[in-house]
Amino acid sequence: MADEALFLLLHNEMVSGVYKSAEQGEVENGRCITKLENMGFRVGQGLIERFTKDTARFKDELDIMKFICKDFWTTVFKKQIDNLRTNHQGIYVLQDNKFRLLTQMSAGKQYLEHASKYLAFTCGLIRGGLSNLGIKSIVTAEVSSMPACKFQVMIQKL
Amino acid sequence: MAVCIAVIAKENYPLYIRSAPTENELKFHYMVHTSLDVVDEKISAMGKALVDQRELYLGLLYPTEDYKVYGYVTNSKVKFVMVVDSSNTALRDNEIRSMFRKLHNSYTDVMCNPFYNPGDRIQSRAFDNMVMSMMVQVC
Repeated sequence: MADEALFLLLHNEMVSGVYKSAEQGEVENGRCITKLENMGFRVGQGLIERFTKDTARFKDELDIMKFICKDFWTTVFKKQIDNLRTNHQGIYVLQDNKFRLLTQMSAGKQYLEHASKYLAFTCGLIRGGLSNLGIKSIVTAEVSSMPACKFQVMIQKL
Repeated sequence: MAVCIAVIAKENYPLYIRSAPTENELKFHYMVHTSLDVVDEKISAMGKALVDQRELYLGLLYPTEDYKVYGYVTNSKVKFVMVVDSSNTALRDNEIRSMFRKLHNSYTDVMCNPFYNPGDRIQSRAFDNMVMSMMVQVC
């Protein structure tokens, strides 16, 4: 991954860029999150292709999730996921207590309403990565107190 | 070296296929197509294998009288199939492996190209040149 400061700055600009174009009426207002998510999806697909180039074949779904939590997260966000929980039926909860993209904002609950737009790209990133590895999923994020956040991955069985 | 190189998508449709002697293209397409069953078989057998045996390179898929077919599957389930002239005995397993690595590196570059749509046919010139270089090289 590129230098982390650059990534953070680029990401911030991306979010504000998309929202600015929505104000000017180029994108429908409610579509901003979707747009960011789709950008993340494509990036995730590319990244996972590169990151898994030298790894052994994955054993199962859990193996893939562990890879996302450890290697993938470390390369993109410079730290591992703090906690991975699963019900073994296709739902995984990835908890990050100090999520990089939220550390720039003041901690606590003050800007909670703005958090979702800074998480959309990452949701897409996870979804894109998983989809390239052959897992269809729905990823949602929730924040109760910044900078901690949780990503819920729901695997869709065929 | 190789006489035919193919890239097959996750859903088993060709993303890229090129063979060196163009007059008999269909024969190679057929060979690649039949090899997909062997690839599937190898992958499902590999799931149970030990960690150190789960590498991406699948080795020789099957030999015919004139050709040998080798396979490689990436973690994203994209398959690379390479048909090699079997009279070419100088080509060892290690060289095949490194050819696949080169192919994989090149494919990754294509995937990371923002102008490429995942799932489309590969039309990248850089990828094309790399494949050509593996076909003409004489051992």
